This record gives sequence, C-alpha cells and structure tokens, in this order.
Amino acid sequence: MNDTALDTDLLAYTLRLGDDCLVLGQRLSEWAARSPQLEEDVALLNIALDLLGAARTLLTRAGELEGKGRDEDGLAFLRDEPAFTCGLLFEAEGGDFGQTMARQLLVSAYQLPLWQALTASSDELLAGVAGKAAKEAAYHLDHARSWVVRLGDGTEESHRRVQQGLEEVWPYSFELFERDDVVARLVERGVASDPDLLRPVWETTVTEVLKEATLEVPQTTWHPTGGRSGKHLTSFGYLLAEMQHLHRSHPGARW
Amino acid sequence: MSEQLQAEFQAAFQAEVDADGRIEPRDWMPDGYRRTLVRQIAQHAHSEIIGMQPEGNWITRAPSLRRKCILVAKVQDEAGHGLYLYSAAETLGADRDELLDLLHTGRQKYSTIFNYPTTSWADVAAIGWLVDGAAIMNQVPLTRCSYGPYARAMTRVCKEESFHQRQGFEAMTVLANGTPAQRQMAQDALDRWWWPSLMMFGPSDGDSPNSAQSMAWGIKRFSNDELRQRFVDATVPQAEHLGLTVPDPELRLDPETGSYAFGEIDWTEFYAVMKGDGPCNRDRVRNRVAAHEDGAWVREAAAAYADKQARRAAA
Amino acid sequence: MTSFTSADGHGAVPTSGVPVDEGSVPHRSQAPLWEVFVRSKRGLSHTHVGSLRAPDAVMALRNARDVYTRRQEGVSLWVVPSTEIVASSPDEKDAFFDPAGDKPYRHPTFYDVPEGLTHL
Repeated sequence: MNDTALDTDLLAYTLRLGDDCLVLGQRLSEWAARSPQLEEDVALLNIALDLLGAARTLLTRAGELEGKGRDEDGLAFLRDEPAFTCGLLFEAEGGDFGQTMARQLLVSAYQLPLWQALTASSDELLAGVAGKAAKEAAYHLDHARSWVVRLGDGTEESHRRVQQGLEEVWPYSFELFERDDVVARLVERGVASDPDLLRPVWETTVTEVLKEATLEVPQTTWHPTGGRSGKHLTSFGYLLAEMQHLHRSHPGARW
Repeated sequence: MSEQLQAEFQAAFQAEVDADGRIEPRDWMPDGYRRTLVRQIAQHAHSEIIGMQPEGNWITRAPSLRRKCILVAKVQDEAGHGLYLYSAAETLGADRDELLDLLHTGRQKYSTIFNYPTTSWADVAAIGWLVDGAAIMNQVPLTRCSYGPYARAMTRVCKEESFHQRQGFEAMTVLANGTPAQRQMAQDALDRWWWPSLMMFGPSDGDSPNSAQSMAWGIKRFSNDELRQRFVDATVPQAEHLGLTVPDPELRLDPETGSYAFGEIDWTEFYAVMKGDGPCNRDRVRNRVAAHEDGAWVREAAAAYADKQARRAAA
Repeated sequence: MTSFTSADGHGAVPTSGVPVDEGSVPHRSQAPLWEVFVRSKRGLSHTHVGSLRAPDAVMALRNARDVYTRRQEGVSLWVVPSTEIVASSPDEKDAFFDPAGDKPYRHPTFYDVPEGLTHL
C-alpha cells in the first residue's frame, strides 16, 4: 500500500471520529436551559464541550489530510448531508432525558475503549486526541451510568421511560462495530482500533449497567446502517440545516 | 428577646457593617436585611438562569465551531452562577424550590434585559459586550457586599465572567470589521440593545425609596445613576473604536468632567417590561416552567433511587 | 413606589413589593442540600466553596465537580450533607474563640528572630 492510499483511509477514519463528536456535541447542546435541573445543564454542556473540542482537532486534521484547504469550519458547515460520516447513534435524536442518557451510555461505553485503544495508534495525532478523550469519556460513561441506574431503578415512570428510550436508540449501536475495508486496512496498519475487540468490552459494560438499572437488554432484528457512507436519518438533515444556516448565509465571512 | 438585647444586637450588627466587616449566615441580622438580601439574591439568580435562554438560542446555530464552544461555555457558566446564587440565598433560610416557584408564577422578577429577543448572531455579541459589561459594573462592587456568602459568590462570578464581556467585544469587533452585511448586523444589534442596557441599572435612586437603606446595610455601594454613568463612560469609546454609532442623538462628551451626557431613558418601557409586557416575557417564563415540569419525573426518580439505596443500606 | 436596585448582577430588579417566600404554601420535597469543599492544590486544606442540591452522595460529588471545578480549581472534593454540620453559635463566639486570644505564643510572630538569621 502506498502513502496516498494510507492518507485516504486515514482521512476517512479521522473524519468519522470527528463527525461522531461534532454531531453528538450538537445534539447535547440542544439541552441548554432545558434540562431537568440546573446541575444537569452544567453537566450536559460539559460533555458537549468535551465532544466539540475533540471534533475541532479531528476535523482540522482531516482538512489537512484532505489537502484542499478546508479547515474545521469548512468541513463542519459546508459539507452536505451525504458527505457526513457520523454513526447513526451519534446523530439520533435525544428524545426525553431518559433517551438522551440511554444514548449517552451506549456512546460512552463505546468511546471509552475506543479512545483507550487509540492511545496506542501509530498515527500520532489520533494517539494524542485519544489520550485526552479517553479521560473525558470515562467521566461521560460514569455520568451516563449514574443516570441510567437512577432512572431504571427509580420510579415506575422513569423505568418505563428509560427502557423506552433505550429501545429507540439500541438498534443504532450495531453499526458502531462494523468492519468495512477502511477500518480493516487501518487496523492492519496499527492506526485504527479493532471493532472486534471493542464489541465485547462494550457489551460487558452495557450489560452490567442495564442489570444494575433493572432494565432489559432490547431484543431486535433491525440493524440499521449507512451513517459511515453518508446515508443518514431523516432528522439529520434538519440538524444540519439548523447548524449550517448562518455560516452558509454569509459566504466567506469571518466570525 | 428583650428590647434591650435587641438594641444591642442591632448596634453590633450595624457596627460590623459600618466597619466594612462581613455578616455571616448564623449572625443576628435585622429581618428587613435578610428579606432584602433574599429578594435581591434570588432575583439575581433568576436573571442568570433566564439569561441562558436568549443566548442559548444561538448555540445550535453558532457560525463557527470556535464561537459555538465559547457560547456553550458561557451559557454553562450562567447555570453555574445561578447555582452559586441560589446557594447563597439558601444560607439565609430560603429554599431553592420555593424561589423557583416564585419565578415560575411571576411573583419574583428577573432583569428586564432578558425579555428582548435575539434576532441575529450579532445579538449574542452585543449581549456579551453590553449586557455583561453592565453586569460587571454591578457585580464588582457586590464582591464587597456586607453579606459574606453573597460577596464570596460574586467573587467567583466576577472571576469567571471576565471572559464573557471580552468574548462579546471580540465577536463584535469581527462583525464590525466584516462584510457589509455583518457590519449592518452589528449596528442593528447596538441600536436595539443600547437603551435596554442603560435600563439595566434601574430608575434613578430618587425613585427608589429603599436604596438608602440598602446603602446603609452595605448591600449597595453606588447609586443606580452612578453605575449607569460609569457604564456609559466606559462603553461609548468602545463603540467608537468599533466604528459603530450609539443610537442617542443627545450623547455629548463633557470635556471638563470627561463624562458623557446622554438622552432621556424611556421608563414607561422599563415598567411595562418589568410588569410582564416585554416582547419575550411569556416565552422566557414558559420555557423555564416547561424545563422544570418536563424534568419532574427525573428528579423524582433520583429521589426514589436515593430512598431505595438508603433502605437497602439500612436493611 | 417600587424600589429598584442596580446592585443586582444582571440588571435592576425590584427590592420591594416582591415576596421572599411562599408563606403558607406547603413545602415540597426536594433533593437535600450538600456543602462543598474543594482542595485547590496539593498541600492546601479543603475550603468551603458553597452548596448544591443532590439526591445522594454520588450525585452530589458529581455535581460538585461540574459546578465548582469547571476551571480546574480543584484536585480533591468533599461533599457533606448540610444537616450533618454542627456549628458553633455566633453568640458563643467569645467563649469559643477568645480563650485562644491570650496565647500569643501560639503565633510565630511572638518570637524575636535575631537579625540576619533566615530559615526560621
């Protein structure tokens, strides 16, 4: 494999990681001034900030790898829907607080071992981002775990709601562990983390939390996919419209 | 308590205040002092949390990732500042839930400034520059307020807020030096936010019979008019630096005093907005109540879980 | 006439004609109050920074981290249920603290240090 091919794969992979963080950061920031209590506004925005911070570094790097002069904003605000490669779980709507916490549990249980593994990536930048992001993900997971347990083992209503939220977002988790050619080649080269190794770690974490929360592991045969190749949920177009509108209304402007 | 003892306590309290000392939660204090503080701190807290809304509206639409992060951090700080303040109010025997109830039912107020709409991105910049600029004028003297917990909360807030005004001015500078459309946006924001910002300092103290008492108690250090004048004197040169026009034809620099004379403030507007008839009062309160009510099941769940855990530990 | 004070951080609010409590409205249940203490760096004591509400100790600690250490202000946190704090009464201040006032030898400035000597 020559260097050009490596760059294309690395670009695709870096962009996926960046898009995941950007889109979930955007989703979480929707909670500003809407959360169940003030303390939670602070916590959710903290997580959003961590994700947006990682997204900026990753998108900047993706722009450099691409070599077409696009910076973080060029990639965040000027790509159309099919060019985004975030996973469906990251873009999925937050629903109520129970669904948001269920989504956060599934995401953080994935991101923690992902970043931990990437600290050993042969790509220096990814390894650097991963070092910081792993610490943050550990906190995000702890936060999500605390809430999922409290909601699951709280009142009848909270149990019902968080179980419902979990059913909503669960099907999108299968896509996280897909091993397409890009991932397979990068695993081979020691750049990407191996989804086959992440899956059992994720399952153990999630199963333990759900058990403590007295929640059922959802059973579904529906394994939606497409995020990595730009086929997104209907709601994603609206997310982009809202996020990109102002930037696109003033072409070339600085902010 | 005997009358003589009461008088002794009163004298000791006033002596502490006059010596620029601090009153702490378990000290004896006049009931009026306590009530004035609860009212002021609670409404200050309400202003912080309602203040999350006009800017929070723009988080999902921020025009760059850098601006988005700055705005998230700022709105997050406001929630934190609300918490510091409710915490200070609770040291006076108030209760956060009750105070929120008083806000939700419109019996306690918050600053009129947050009842104006944010119709463009430049409004976010203008709020940072003007509204937080005015807030700093008010809050710095409060770090020396006679009530210890309030003064300490203000010290934290002021330390954290130093970046709020700067980021606003920076964002405004970029707009003022940007494309013609951005420049127009900036001027339009200044036009709409200037007068409401001046109203933030409240009517003249002559029209506020309680001001003298607040001053004697060391809760208030400067008159509403003094602070407003300071704000105008500090801000007009900044507007000039931006190349923007302050929307007041009567604005003049008095070369002798170095102070600006400015036009008449429309206090009927202020009273109408305070009463509830501003452009966004209903929205702001409705959103706040909705967040509180939508979150009730979450708070109940957390309480139920804590109870279960306590019972399990006891068993 | 309603009084307004500018001495409210984010703009004038009325200082009269506004209730400060609910009076007869029944008190609803809410999460208990916790006092928060932060050790700002190694080698220093924990210092009281404020309070917050949380249903249990785990959430109290988590909220304290988010609310009081957003800018890396701390290396260690304590949360204590407010009801568990036993405080001296200010009325007892003289009895409690004044006896120490006549023991100046507890303070280093009590002692003369010969001029020119350091490290004492």
